[in-house]
Amino acid sequence: MLSDSLIREFKTVVGDENAWTDATDLHTYSYDAAVVDAVRPGLIVRPTTTASLGKAVRLCNDNGLPLTVRGAGTNLSGGTVPLPGGVVVVTNGLKAIVEINEADMYAVVQPGVVTAKLAAAVEAKGLFYPPDPGSQAVSTIGGNVAENAGGLRGLKYGVTRDYVMGLSFFDVNGNLVKSGSRTVKCATGYNLTGLMVGSEGTLGVFAEIILKLIPLPAHRKAMMAVFESVEKASEAVAAVIANRIVPATLEFMDNYTIRAVEDFSKAGLPTDAAAMLLVELDGHAAQVEEDAARVETLCRDMGAISIRVASDADERDRVWAARRAALSALAQRKPTLVLEDATVPRSRIPDMVAAIQRIAKRYDLTIGTFGHAGDGNLHPTILTDKRDPAEWARVEKAIDAIFDDALKMGGTLSGEHGTGLAKSRYLEKETSAGTILFSSRLKRALDPKNILNPGKIFSAKE
Amino acid sequence: MASMEALARLMRELEDQLIVCMRCGMCQSVCPVFDQTGREADVARGKLALLSGLMEQMFDDPEGVYERLSRCLLCGSCAANCPSGVRVQEIFLKARAILSGYMGLPPAKRLILRGMLAKPAVFDRLTEWGARFQKIFTRPVNDIVGTSCARVMSPLIQDRHFRTLAKVPFHRQVPALDRPAGKSGLKVALFTGCLIDKMFPNIAHSTIRVLEHLGVGIFLPDNQGCCGIPALSSGDLDTFNRLLAHNLARFAAGDFDVLVTACATCTSTIHEVWPTMADERHRDAAVKLAERTMDINQFLVRDAGLEPSAAATDGTHTVTYHDPCHLKKSLKVFVEPRTVIQAARGCRLKEMAQPDWCCGMGGSFNLQYYDLSKGIGEKKADQIKATGADTLATGCPACMIQISDMLSRAGSKIAVRHPVELLAEGLDDHST
Repeated sequence: MLSDSLIREFKTVVGDENAWTDATDLHTYSYDAAVVDAVRPGLIVRPTTTASLGKAVRLCNDNGLPLTVRGAGTNLSGGTVPLPGGVVVVTNGLKAIVEINEADMYAVVQPGVVTAKLAAAVEAKGLFYPPDPGSQAVSTIGGNVAENAGGLRGLKYGVTRDYVMGLSFFDVNGNLVKSGSRTVKCATGYNLTGLMVGSEGTLGVFAEIILKLIPLPAHRKAMMAVFESVEKASEAVAAVIANRIVPATLEFMDNYTIRAVEDFSKAGLPTDAAAMLLVELDGHAAQVEEDAARVETLCRDMGAISIRVASDADERDRVWAARRAALSALAQRKPTLVLEDATVPRSRIPDMVAAIQRIAKRYDLTIGTFGHAGDGNLHPTILTDKRDPAEWARVEKAIDAIFDDALKMGGTLSGEHGTGLAKSRYLEKETSAGTILFSSRLKRALDPKNILNPGKIFSAKE
Repeated sequence: MASMEALARLMRELEDQLIVCMRCGMCQSVCPVFDQTGREADVARGKLALLSGLMEQMFDDPEGVYERLSRCLLCGSCAANCPSGVRVQEIFLKARAILSGYMGLPPAKRLILRGMLAKPAVFDRLTEWGARFQKIFTRPVNDIVGTSCARVMSPLIQDRHFRTLAKVPFHRQVPALDRPAGKSGLKVALFTGCLIDKMFPNIAHSTIRVLEHLGVGIFLPDNQGCCGIPALSSGDLDTFNRLLAHNLARFAAGDFDVLVTACATCTSTIHEVWPTMADERHRDAAVKLAERTMDINQFLVRDAGLEPSAAATDGTHTVTYHDPCHLKKSLKVFVEPRTVIQAARGCRLKEMAQPDWCCGMGGSFNLQYYDLSKGIGEKKADQIKATGADTLATGCPACMIQISDMLSRAGSKIAVRHPVELLAEGLDDHST
């Protein structure tokens, strides 16, 4: 329970209208998009200036209050679920795009800027910010950086990490720490930027972020190829890469997902197809057209039953509408949807898809799989009802099994959703006891009272 | 807490619908209220979490939840954009009914809803008195937009620039009609709607003028009631069902193909809300009438064969169109009103940015949360002004009230009209 005088102190810092303590308001910050238990915080603050953000962090530390930073609360691993009675710092009051520099191709933003709004603003200037997580219409840059968010364009363009040139953040005492710069090259100091990307709010609180921008591709072309087996689709992916073609996106949908999308959107998809690939190439027009023709040939050679190449923007939209509908189509089938993101080296995709099918059968569950075939990041999506305890127990076992199989194939627990609460207990399995120890010591040195989003990523040791 | 358990039991009725929300948060990108405040309790995900919380007895504050539920325009932007297909408006309307049944309606709302709205004849008389007295208390501020403001400071009116009540409401000018189908072979029933009847009778006259021109027969029963949405959005199921029964009886007498209204909110209420919220006794009749209810623009284009005029490109008026939420998001009607504008002589259509972003009216939302409503409306007004259009058209009288207020406060000289009014004026100017 926070004392009245402490609440007054917070209100002095952020303003009366930006601090909430009502049980009803607190309840609305007790969850994020992950399927984990809700935890009610003790106070919500929404700073509207960088200075008040720093002061709020310091106030939390001075009083030993656990602090969880929250952007749009779209986290899929529970990273924005607060601690009981803790403080939630909402960043959507800090949403200024400070600068878009066309000459030097970078943007400076506050942490609460919405990803899609930044993408649109830079595109209006003929520039491109490629990371496009599924939640980009609402997710914030601060959250994307804290989670090292990915998206559909990972294969060619990389993930959020690849675009963070520098950032400033408040340490636990409210001191402003700066790292990186507005230059392409920067060799001064520790690479604290690298440390902070993906730190899930456990080491500091972002104040400002410098992002790299690139030229907007002049031309795009999309196509859809249908296969009678997952193996053939995977062979086609391998053949495309082997021929040194790097599509901007190379997406996969399994039969269950295809059927769900077809039921949902009546797009005319072949419901008996085992797998479907959605490919988009971008770049210089001549190169794109040439590569597109080669991809089409490769898919045919690898046994594609049918290929649809989008000839104009409308058709391109229709191709991507099918992919965008995947999550919705699956979500409408059962009350609870568990979206996993175990990732394997791309050549192991057929093995991983087969493993997921085995797991679905063994635990008697419905799992639809789609995802980013180009970068090995699949989204096995378990459809269930959390109110059914027997089935839920099987879901938990299935998740364990998916992780085990992904690790056995040299993969990772999470391609893009982060570790958070949902995967923290598995982290040692992927890494080592030494890794957890090293991380614990780092955390203790930088956050001695353990107030920065404690319990996320790993449980501190010794 | 026995009473909390009772409430939780009532909320269980919504469980199967509440569980559909997977907390993905995509509603944040389209919610006009959240856009203003950034508060989770203002967006659908937060409100749905609160209802689930009440159901699971995680906290005890039904008044607080009701208050937060009221901070919603019921615009349906969230539902239209929801990956999981959560029936947000239906849940919120039912939840408001459960909560206000549990706590009782506030006395002022009871007086307005049960004492006035539920009795169409009383409501009509009261607003007629209002029309006679309003000149004493208000003064015109903007002739082109057609707004007035308070002569003296009033806590209810504040600094609104509002559209005044019509001197003579439509139902006094044209109490009833029953005309057979003409050359079109079609006959419609016309549901007038309170705002058109009492503030915008010209929209109803224009509708009749256009229907006549196209040879469409009209059944207009007298003593029509309110569609019931103001009652329902306050959680007053009782008044809603009384109005529903009244209206069903009024229209049962007629013989017509389609029921049309020129009010987006009335259309979406009849089409979407009547079937889901009607009590057992009236459900079948409500479903049947809902199935043949249509927005006037949609009827004109789809059934009556209205087409864009050839002269549409060199119009003397530049018209920009605002999509009422209840047409675009509830009924997916957005092409036809634009076609109607393009069919109106002398009108050239020019799109604004985000034409389907809510204007912030939301009926009683505007009365309860004027500052929020104004913030949303000012954004809309800026986007309208940026087009350089001389006329704003929209298919909903409630949006017209809000946009008139916002434009007038900004000193704008942009006229606010219904597409059907533009169409009718074109007929009067150029043909007979």
